[in-house]
Amino acid sequence: MTSTTEAITGGRLMVELLEEAGVEIVFGYPGGAILPFYDELYHSKKIKHILVRHEQGAIHMAEGYARSTGKLGVCIATSGPGATNLITGLTDAKMDSVPILAITGQVATDAIGTDAFQEADIFGITIPITKYNALIKKADDLARHFEEAIKIAMGGRPGPVLLDFPKDVQLGKTTVRKASSLKIAPHHYERPKVKGDPQEFAEALNVAKRPLLYVGGGAINSFASAEIKALAEKANAPVTTTLMGLGAFPGTHPLSVGMLGMHGTAYANKAVLECDYILNLGARFDDRVAKYQDFAPNAVRAHVDIDAAEFNKRINVDHILHGDLKDAIREILPFVKGGDRSEWISNIQSLKKNHPLDFDNSGETIKPQDFLQKVYTKTKGEAIVSTDVGQHQMWAAQYYLFDKPNTWLTSGGLGTMGYGLPAAIGAKFGNPDKTVICVTGDGSFQMCIQELATIAQSKLGVKILLFNNNFLGMVRQWQELFYEERFSESQWTYNPNFVKLAEAYDIPAMRIEKKSEIQKGVEFFLKDSGSALIEVMIPAEEKVFPMIPAGKSQQDLIEFKDLGKLKK
Amino acid sequence: MKHTLSILVNNHPGVMSHVSGLFTRRGYNIDSIAVGVTDDPEVSSMTIVLNGDDFVVGQVKNQLLKLPDVLRVQDMAYASSVQRELVLVSFSITEKNRSEALTICNGFDVKILEMTEDSLLIEFSGNSRQVTNIITVLKPFGIREISRTGQIAIAYRNQNVV
Repeated sequence: MTSTTEAITGGRLMVELLEEAGVEIVFGYPGGAILPFYDELYHSKKIKHILVRHEQGAIHMAEGYARSTGKLGVCIATSGPGATNLITGLTDAKMDSVPILAITGQVATDAIGTDAFQEADIFGITIPITKYNALIKKADDLARHFEEAIKIAMGGRPGPVLLDFPKDVQLGKTTVRKASSLKIAPHHYERPKVKGDPQEFAEALNVAKRPLLYVGGGAINSFASAEIKALAEKANAPVTTTLMGLGAFPGTHPLSVGMLGMHGTAYANKAVLECDYILNLGARFDDRVAKYQDFAPNAVRAHVDIDAAEFNKRINVDHILHGDLKDAIREILPFVKGGDRSEWISNIQSLKKNHPLDFDNSGETIKPQDFLQKVYTKTKGEAIVSTDVGQHQMWAAQYYLFDKPNTWLTSGGLGTMGYGLPAAIGAKFGNPDKTVICVTGDGSFQMCIQELATIAQSKLGVKILLFNNNFLGMVRQWQELFYEERFSESQWTYNPNFVKLAEAYDIPAMRIEKKSEIQKGVEFFLKDSGSALIEVMIPAEEKVFPMIPAGKSQQDLIEFKDLGKLKK
Repeated sequence: MKHTLSILVNNHPGVMSHVSGLFTRRGYNIDSIAVGVTDDPEVSSMTIVLNGDDFVVGQVKNQLLKLPDVLRVQDMAYASSVQRELVLVSFSITEKNRSEALTICNGFDVKILEMTEDSLLIEFSGNSRQVTNIITVLKPFGIREISRTGQIAIAYRNQNVV
């Protein structure tokens, strides 16, 4: 360990270590047990602190920031209730592999374990939902833990880490500023060397007649978009992405077949059934995509992943490459030959033609799909889009075509309602020059609605597209289709006046109800760089199609045109 | 099938919770767990015995290796490792069966720690089967209390252990 002569407080050291790590922005909420740190943060010229209205907002903002910039997201909370308010976000970040550093205050070390005021065993609570966590008991240990935590959060398969700092540790003096005693296996923080045989891997692809690339969120984390495009074009193979992988391959590319899975396109799901080779690039055979062992029943299966624990976890595969996706594809590429796959490509084209994404746009009501398409056109597909969870999330995934990585922010694994608004705020702080749109529903929006204040306070140009059907739409859809229309507790018999509410936070807002108002609505909503809310009233009975019913597989896909059959 | 995992971990608070929590969360049952510090005070050795097929054990290994505090995981093949556990047994004796009890103890290489008029306290170490065996043999005397450590294991040096 190296030391300097000048002793500084733990709190001061925490700020300096954050600065040294290149952290420019943190999202947080002060409180008694974290005050020594906040007092030091007061003097920092390099770190901008965003004061949120609820700690759940802070961590989702950090997630939105991290996912849209590829940098570490940092959030701060005090002990006890402050810290426990981070739980949902930590779980969310663990599920979606988002690099987050959560800093929490803790009661003084001599009070730990006494049920002191605002004490919670946040270390114990967050063990299963963090990639790594630690309670720092001495100011001398602080530097070591910081270094470990940041490396672990960013390295390997990224994830959230939590460091818990007792108040006396923040106040205590230390001269230990650096630590070299990192006793952590390298794969947790380094890019592991690619293990497996890239040549054999490529040859399985070369002999395939109907190959399909299946791209997941790992492609975004490893910044592998260019390599994936090169691979797809060289192999002449169509590409489908998971919900998390949207944007990793251009949605407008001729080889794109869009998203697969429960609400993926019919043609992607049909391509999965027909392909003879499926190459999973950084996805995890999630149960919303690959329900059963008979997933891609006629295909040789291959899998590239940075996390060895994902191999053969749910679906058995024939070929494995373990390592960073970008590196792995670079190693595969030289062995890939471009075969004549015109028959397969034209087959895909006819699937696209015969089974398009579809909805009935004949009436006078506004269809969310139609509205989203108009938003896509108006923004030229260049916005960063965050969503909450539900029907609006799936419509956005289907009808806003993502061409670039890090532009689609959604809670994929955990399905966290309340994620969208704070994630959009975090993304806007990270990308001040881009249009950031939060697509939300009347249910989700009310889960973190207090963060409207954070937008107002920072005069942030976040656009909110609120689809209102006075229902929990996805719950209603399931109840209609699978619970004989018993709409148990899914209807909002009270919703606030969202327009007035937004205006109360100085956010310009407008409600539209008729198709004839769409153009006016889109113009209003995107007219300048400032914040705006557009409330779009949509029919409660509008559903998300296609759909694979829960527990069923690709063969059981229901398309919009099958709705009549389903109801009988 | 029973598997014995020998795991090296960082020796600091919470690591045990991390490891056992992983088993809880994924629904794997631990048959026995034994932990002790190694020659390096910063590293502990854990021996975990679990029941499961190769798929389950493979998953457990992979998941364990994801924990930053886990430094190494070895699946101990029975034939290529020494496996031991320690048991302390206190059991009843009478004047009539005292000599029979002592004969058994001698035969099994058991250490006698305390003998009173009506009880014996013994120590025995061996592999799981031997430990279970001695308990079975002593049962008819009337067992008062048993304390079993759980298994520890180490690989023979000249064997290839996965």
